[in-house]
Amino acid sequence: MNAHVDTDAARTGATRRELVVGTALVSGALLVGCSPADLLAAGAKTEVGAFGPFIRIAADGAVTVFNKHIEFGQGTHAGLAAIVAEELDADWSRVSVEQAPANAKLYANTLMGVQGTGGSTAIPNSWMQLRKAGAAARAMFTGAAAAAWKVPEAEITVKDGVVSHAASGKSAGFGELLQGASTITPPAEPKLKSHADFTLIGTDRVRRKDSRAKSTGEARYTQDVKMEGLLTAVVAHAPRFGAKVSGFDDAEARKVSGVVDVIQIPTGVAVVARSTWAALQGRNALKVTWDESKAEPLGSAEIEAKYAGWAAGKGALPEKLKWETFETRGDASGGEGEVFEATYDFPFLAHATMEPMNCVAQVGGKGGVKLTVASQSPTLDQMNTARIAMTLPGSVQIENLFAGGSFGRRANFQSDFVAECVHIAKKVGKGTPVKLVWTREDDMAAGYFRPLTHHRLRVRLDKDGFPAAWTHRVVTQSLMKGSPMAPKGIDSSTVEGAMGSPYFKATPAVDGQVLMPELGVPVLWWRSVGATHTAFVMEHTIDQLARKAGKDPVAYRLALFEKAGASRHIAVLKLAAEKSGWDKPAPAGVTRGVAVHESFGSVVAQVAEVRIVDGVPKVGRVVSAIDCGTAISPDQIAAQVEGGTCYGLSATLHDEMIIKAGAVERRNFDAYPVLRNSEAPTVETYILPSTNPPSGVGEPGTPVIGPAVANAVLAATGKATFRLPMIRA
Amino acid sequence: MATSLEINGRTVQVEAAPDTPLLWVLRDEAGLTGSKYGCGVGQCGACTVLADGAPVRSCSLPVSALAGVKITTIEGLGGTHPVQEAWVKLDVPQCGYCQSGQIMSAVALLAGNANPSDADIDAAMDGNICRCGAYQRIRAAIREAAAQSRA
Ligand code: FES
Ligand code: FES
Repeated sequence: MNAHVDTDAARTGATRRELVVGTALVSGALLVGCSPADLLAAGAKTEVGAFGPFIRIAADGAVTVFNKHIEFGQGTHAGLAAIVAEELDADWSRVSVEQAPANAKLYANTLMGVQGTGGSTAIPNSWMQLRKAGAAARAMFTGAAAAAWKVPEAEITVKDGVVSHAASGKSAGFGELLQGASTITPPAEPKLKSHADFTLIGTDRVRRKDSRAKSTGEARYTQDVKMEGLLTAVVAHAPRFGAKVSGFDDAEARKVSGVVDVIQIPTGVAVVARSTWAALQGRNALKVTWDESKAEPLGSAEIEAKYAGWAAGKGALPEKLKWETFETRGDASGGEGEVFEATYDFPFLAHATMEPMNCVAQVGGKGGVKLTVASQSPTLDQMNTARIAMTLPGSVQIENLFAGGSFGRRANFQSDFVAECVHIAKKVGKGTPVKLVWTREDDMAAGYFRPLTHHRLRVRLDKDGFPAAWTHRVVTQSLMKGSPMAPKGIDSSTVEGAMGSPYFKATPAVDGQVLMPELGVPVLWWRSVGATHTAFVMEHTIDQLARKAGKDPVAYRLALFEKAGASRHIAVLKLAAEKSGWDKPAPAGVTRGVAVHESFGSVVAQVAEVRIVDGVPKVGRVVSAIDCGTAISPDQIAAQVEGGTCYGLSATLHDEMIIKAGAVERRNFDAYPVLRNSEAPTVETYILPSTNPPSGVGEPGTPVIGPAVANAVLAATGKATFRLPMIRA
Repeated sequence: MATSLEINGRTVQVEAAPDTPLLWVLRDEAGLTGSKYGCGVGQCGACTVLADGAPVRSCSLPVSALAGVKITTIEGLGGTHPVQEAWVKLDVPQCGYCQSGQIMSAVALLAGNANPSDADIDAAMDGNICRCGAYQRIRAAIREAAAQSRA
């Protein structure tokens, strides 16, 4: 069974940032001589019922599953509950989901060591944990029934929440057996079902549990929190990254009706009011002067030029900055043969979640420190809150809510917007609930972008047109550098997807190096992280090489995957090619592009059908094949591939954050166009049958569409794409 | 200064200053938080409500302009409107934050056009951003609701 968990960790690639987070905590905790979970749980009070921390069963037999992860759209409510329901043999229609409280001891991500959602690990890390929880609870019911009916436990069956004994004709629901079951000691290693016995997992019955609440306006987001005496705060933030408040005049702001206070905090000046509109009006009336002496001087254009120069070997590197090797084999320099060279540029990207960042915090008063917020990483939020509010992390309560999207934005080492809210709530004090509201402009200007990234490639080809030597340079900010969890060597999130690529495996000589400069622009993981650029570079390059070699892009890839032993890549590519009709001519005016990429343990292949309309690619049908191990909810896997594809296509066509002299230029959707309905493709999703443990689904659908579209454009026009987005505003 | 608004068939007295956008009055004063803030400048559609049946962006509409106008919010649909049922049936929402606005735009579209073409759907729905990219299911649910209503 441990083998399963190990395989999960290996396959999901979750080891990357999650384990470093865990490691840093482990070393911190060792200093004080306790486990990290103990340290974080200090002060925590979570009542655990008879069926453990994940399951509650009511007197009427209804089952509640506690979700230790956030539900920010990726369907964890349904997927996690289905794992429990399967092993428990519960009645799926009577299973509901509640958010678990913050408690790292009970609810740590088993791949991270802390409570948090990311790296597409919600299902993979919970898979064995929740199967065991469900199976243990089931065993408690069969044990109780055997005792009550005086029949052999082995003869008892459970189906849809009803426990039965065929020979005696006895049966009872979970509710009737609840008392007896609660007194049974659950087995430490309960017997789990085999895949063949699954009746819920992998079926179309596993559908979302929150669609109705989200179609009626009832679903509760941070923005919607109402509490007795709640105040709303907005903050005047620095106009440039790195600028600090040097002074402010709040006389006019305080005159605005509804404004109750104006408070300086580390990140700016907060206006606290009785309503959102009053707070906004107050901020308009506030005058703040800024010390810009330490502000970031560069803009995105200069950064891009600098990166390109460094990659080309021009211009001296700043002190301490040096190239670091991420993949090397043989001697990639020199040699005979045709050479392909290219550079690729990717801009800063905002996550632009539909719900801008926000938080509700209470500090002081009798209730202790409490956050009411959509928390992607409760443990980080607890730690950062505790530091400001001067308390133990475990005693910071978090009521976790639905999030209006995250795509990575809500988890960062600083808990930036949470910390800002806690600073304000601390000054307001007395346990008064303070809701920090960011406008779209605040949200966009705050940074935490996907880093601007430059790639430079030189590929020497063998006589058959396959890569013989591959030199690859990447320049991008590290996501981890400067954080408490900075890795010793390279930050693999900057190059994942290039690093370990089957194309590298199939190439005799490889020289891959990365340069990670530091800038004043805060950067962060953005749905699919390194793959947001590496998948594009690898897959678009391969198509250009295939064309050069006069080979079909699918056949060319298959040959390389064969050499690399990439059997999962081969399987999804063949499936996507078959379902898309790759071998048949495309409809008139349409070209097809293909791409394959592995991320978060899953492999996705897509074939995109593209029409060039007024010089701009219009994407119609997208055929996707995914190998994500055991499929829990085929419908939600499809939903994630659909949504991930749109998110990736938005970045392919439109998204681009422009910075000038350290100031964010594009602060709302008028200046920062994103994908809209009329541009959204129709995605078909085919899931490769598998009994492997489940791997990631939330992110792997994002990075493949970009190169698939670029490859279709290449087929249509003969022109490659060396810079994203394709349509520059 | 009190303003009188007609929201979801009820007359509601609100205290907000006349230049306050309807969205903040709905959310902070009327307790109707189904309509969402996404951009504040009429770009994203998350705040969409109906004004005398027409879809409007409530973030950009001062309450002073709404005397005598019948306002319908997502809460006013009743929860089992054919469009809402189609949304649930097809599991349209992901994060869900945009969906109140999407549904209100779809309701307005179908009220005036029982059998919208793909182009009609594009035209009616392009003002509503969904960052989760549920667009394909939004289109399918509109067709589903249209088919149900015709049946
Ligand atoms: S909030 Fe009104 S259109 Fe975006
Ligand atoms: S469902 Fe998340 S923005 Fe539309």
